Amino acid sequence: MTNHIKVEFEAKESNVSFARLVAAGFIAPLDPTVDEAEDVKVAVSEAVTNAIVHGYDKREGVVYMEAFSYDNTVMISVRDTGYGIEDIAKAKEPLFTTKPDEERSGLGFTVMESFMDSLHIESKIDAGTTVTMTKRIGSR
Amino acid sequence: MALNIIKRTYERMKAMELEFKVLSNSLVIKPKGEIDSESAAFLRRKIDLEFECTAAKNMTFDLTEVDFMDSSGVGLVIGRYKKVAALGGEVRIKGANRTVARIIELSGLGRIVKMI
Repeated sequence: MTNHIKVEFEAKESNVSFARLVAAGFIAPLDPTVDEAEDVKVAVSEAVTNAIVHGYDKREGVVYMEAFSYDNTVMISVRDTGYGIEDIAKAKEPLFTTKPDEERSGLGFTVMESFMDSLHIESKIDAGTTVTMTKRIGSR
Repeated sequence: MALNIIKRTYERMKAMELEFKVLSNSLVIKPKGEIDSESAAFLRRKIDLEFECTAAKNMTFDLTEVDFMDSSGVGLVIGRYKKVAALGGEVRIKGANRTVARIIELSGLGRIVKMI
């Protein structure tokens, strides 16, 4: 069974919980465990927050989220057309943050990587960033 | 029914419920609901104000009624830890659910705050 959704929303922090709700709703038919559903929600929360806070950094913008499912694997991508990441390897380092004054923990990518099965980041300066994550649901 | 779910979710998103009390020299902070980037900013303001108004030396985060937290929550606790530790106090966390505990563990936060 395959499924696909595509949503876009304004880059506002109040939309992060909406994105989580969409992701949780999308994977619900795959019958995830409570932990699996939480993992996906946390990873989506991190990716969408990154797009809003770092991708657009207080500028107006649109966040594009797409989700696919194939059998029991879900793939979720979150895309912004904002500033882009200069050094992806550096951005992925645990606790690295460009915004320590805002009390950002610098854990976004670390959390995505450990809560999902795979994480792929594509970014271009002044063109934006796409984060693609996959997870197998139903490993119980 | 779907409308009720949307309404309830929206109401939960709008207002982050928060309880404070002072117990044996510690300001106990009990947020209810979801801690993400948006609500962490709200909590930060409220907690700092409350901490300044009380004579408590330490802080205890009671996360019993937090049903979601992303890394914004870690940033929130680290920020409070810096303030409390500078004044010679301690930060404790209690009642973290499994997912929240995993994020705390990943962040290494467990090394600087006491998990009770």
